[in-house]
Amino acid sequence: MAKVTVDGIEVEVPNGATVLQACEAAGKEIPRFCYHERLSVAGNCRMCLVEVEKAPKPVASCAYPVADGMVVKTDSPVVRNARRGVMEFLLINHPLDCPICDQGGECDLQDQAVGYGMDHSRYREAKRAVKDKYVGPLIKTIMTRCIQCTRCVRFAAEVAGVPELGATGRGEAMEIGTYVEKALTTELSGNLIDICPVGALTSRPYAFVARPWELRKTDSIDVQDATGTNIRIDTRGPEVLRILPRINEDVNEEWMADRGRFSFDGLKRKRLDRPWVRVDGGLRQASWPEAFAAIATKLKGMRGERIGAIAGDLVEAESMFALKALMAKLGSENLDCRTDFAAVDVTRPDFYRFNTTIAGIEEADALLIIGSNPRTESPVINARIRKRWVAGRFPVGRIGPAGIDLTYAHEHLGEGPDAIRALLDGSHPFMEVLKTAKRPMVLLGRGALMRADGLAVLAAAWEVARQADALREDWHGFNLLHLFGGQVGALALGFLPGASGQDIGQMLNGGVDALWLLGADGVDPATIPAETFVIYQGHHGDRIAGRADVILPGAAYTEKDGTWLNTEGRVQRGHLAVHPPGEAREDWRIIRAASEALGATLSFDSLAALRDAMALDEGLERRFVADATGPAADPSAMSAAPFVLPLANYHQADVIARASDVMAQCAATYAAPMPVAAE
Amino acid sequence: MSFEQPTHFAFDESSEAEIGKILAKYPEAKKASGVIPLLYVAQRQMGRSTGSAWVPKVAMDVIAGRLGMAPIRVYEVATFYFMFNMKPIGRHHLQLCGTTPCMLRGSDDVMRACHDAAHVQVGQTSADGLFTLTEVECLGACVNAPVLQVDDDYFEDLDYERTVALIEALKRGERPTPGSSIGRQTSAPEGGPLTLVDVPGVVVAGGE
Repeated sequence: MAKVTVDGIEVEVPNGATVLQACEAAGKEIPRFCYHERLSVAGNCRMCLVEVEKAPKPVASCAYPVADGMVVKTDSPVVRNARRGVMEFLLINHPLDCPICDQGGECDLQDQAVGYGMDHSRYREAKRAVKDKYVGPLIKTIMTRCIQCTRCVRFAAEVAGVPELGATGRGEAMEIGTYVEKALTTELSGNLIDICPVGALTSRPYAFVARPWELRKTDSIDVQDATGTNIRIDTRGPEVLRILPRINEDVNEEWMADRGRFSFDGLKRKRLDRPWVRVDGGLRQASWPEAFAAIATKLKGMRGERIGAIAGDLVEAESMFALKALMAKLGSENLDCRTDFAAVDVTRPDFYRFNTTIAGIEEADALLIIGSNPRTESPVINARIRKRWVAGRFPVGRIGPAGIDLTYAHEHLGEGPDAIRALLDGSHPFMEVLKTAKRPMVLLGRGALMRADGLAVLAAAWEVARQADALREDWHGFNLLHLFGGQVGALALGFLPGASGQDIGQMLNGGVDALWLLGADGVDPATIPAETFVIYQGHHGDRIAGRADVILPGAAYTEKDGTWLNTEGRVQRGHLAVHPPGEAREDWRIIRAASEALGATLSFDSLAALRDAMALDEGLERRFVADATGPAADPSAMSAAPFVLPLANYHQADVIARASDVMAQCAATYAAPMPVAAE
Repeated sequence: MSFEQPTHFAFDESSEAEIGKILAKYPEAKKASGVIPLLYVAQRQMGRSTGSAWVPKVAMDVIAGRLGMAPIRVYEVATFYFMFNMKPIGRHHLQLCGTTPCMLRGSDDVMRACHDAAHVQVGQTSADGLFTLTEVECLGACVNAPVLQVDDDYFEDLDYERTVALIEALKRGERPTPGSSIGRQTSAPEGGPLTLVDVPGVVVAGGE
């Protein structure tokens, strides 16, 4: 530890810390542009200059290591003058276009110019102008505003793992860009907007939409992948205008994936805003009482075992709990939440959760990925894996389709379960890598379970973890990576067939006469028998809604208070940011109202009462293995069929994204053969 | 500004021999250090094969692949150093030093000679495609000012007439001997040695 005095305040910081960190420890704010905690230090903006006693001139605190006994001044006349000088130089080529700049109001340069800028410019020459660059359909560039802090260059190379941005040219002619015109091949590109301290990189969909002080900010959770990214929903009136990540070190740090960030325009399209009832073969607009009456007419008197319910991928825990309770009252155990037909074993929570935890990835020292492409299934978790890989000594093996760029080096062990067999019988050398590792991780993709032998794959992956000694009292190395925000919540609530209940396959096979689809957009309408009475409750008129006999318009994740469990099983709560459109209502209320119409009134009539009844385990302490016994299935039952990745199209993987125009543009840009494929 | 980027580039045999020597200098893990020499190799090969020594994008991609670098990292280096030509140039690259010593010794005359004989303006390529003229900062040969660099060779102690003669020779496809155009030895005094001439036993080259 080094003792440093900052403006008379004595602080102790670890050796190797920077002066800037010492100043922050002392509670002093140091202005900066190029410095970012999660990126390498560049030291090129010079805004963080401080005075260090015995140093001949001001030093850039972000790049200057502390020494014991150092005396730092952060607010002396020398420092203030130095920073004013830096600011004057930064502003020489920066346009005075704040009034038409989307960064206005949340711009680091604007804020710091208030503190260190002059009230006029002494610069009389021509300012330089830089041609705007194309870096993809999500990011708008106005490169004349760029102050060349190179945060974006470092983010792309270090965090996203796509070294495609760079600074070309030199001096006055230096420009940030890709040099060749191309869209950045990353699912994390939205973070460039957050990371840019000026208005050079801004959100294309948000261009000229709003000023930050007009927005109401609501904390919520991204449900469009299973990461559980903490988000802030910015709204004005009834409209969601943008979604930004919040910092949560345990989950998403401060990153966010593009689908969650940019697909909210899908919340305004193809929405179900009033109930519909099928009359004489055609869907007709109806009122809520009419819709409930249609359901009651059909369901009353029907035997419980002829009624089924299927929950979708984005649904929050509350409404699933309510629907499960309703089904119980109706005498039905026919529940399922696996519209993707994934085989899961819920006898123990750690059979279906990401037990290492996302933050725990950084402690792992070997990784085996089975049947998953974390880069598209959870870009943020992939960035965390990459962060661990960059730190060094992190062998990664992957079983699944060949030719996938995970943004970090990995060994491709095989395409199908045969590779798992080879690991288990010790004939593949990577097993030795896992065994010698102290904290090995096995990451099993949900996609690997979407097959007839899914349970056997699950058991085999567990067995690999067990043999690698990844299941210990001080380390849990077995992880299941889910795809969407509602999936783990459904498993935790047991939205699964009861002892005598039917699963989704049986229900779709004529096992039920009435089917309640709660946001189950993944069900293929063609698989539902013609005589089945279908109630669809959800927020988007996707293909399945057209098959419904009664449509109950529900709320999207931005429009309700809800609880979601991420792939770790972390219980997180989102809040209502805007009200559902038109007649649409929060889903648990719809179910509660329907229960009354069906004469099976549920006991709770407020969200608080529902949550009390639900009693989800709120804690997420690090889980360790008391019992390494695996899922009951037999690993040897695995077929030889190679694994198929579940998300063919990252940008249109869920119902909200499919309704989004922005995501459609992305899909058109990225689904086309990527430029890298030529190599 | 409009020109066509070639779609294909591969190092030829003599370039490969050079690359072998260059990369032998660096440990395998640090072979990216060879990016600047390799860019020169590519630029010279383009000069040999097409008569225009420049570095096309595809050549930078080939270098990136060879050195295990991201292509953008090669673009960054290549665009940073103006010695790498990012667009096609003439057969001969005339780089005229206009910094103070050369200017005092008559670089303006040399510039005029370039205009008159090569019919080319600064930053442009002559209509016959033979010459590209660039004004550069100090070439480090101030003692022999004014200096004109033609491709990789320095021509020194120039004046208007000798520059015209040089350019006319280049036009005829000749390659005059590089170095001082007035025949002095490297940067020795004009007119031969002036000191140490009377030291017994010391024979000064160029002396009596």
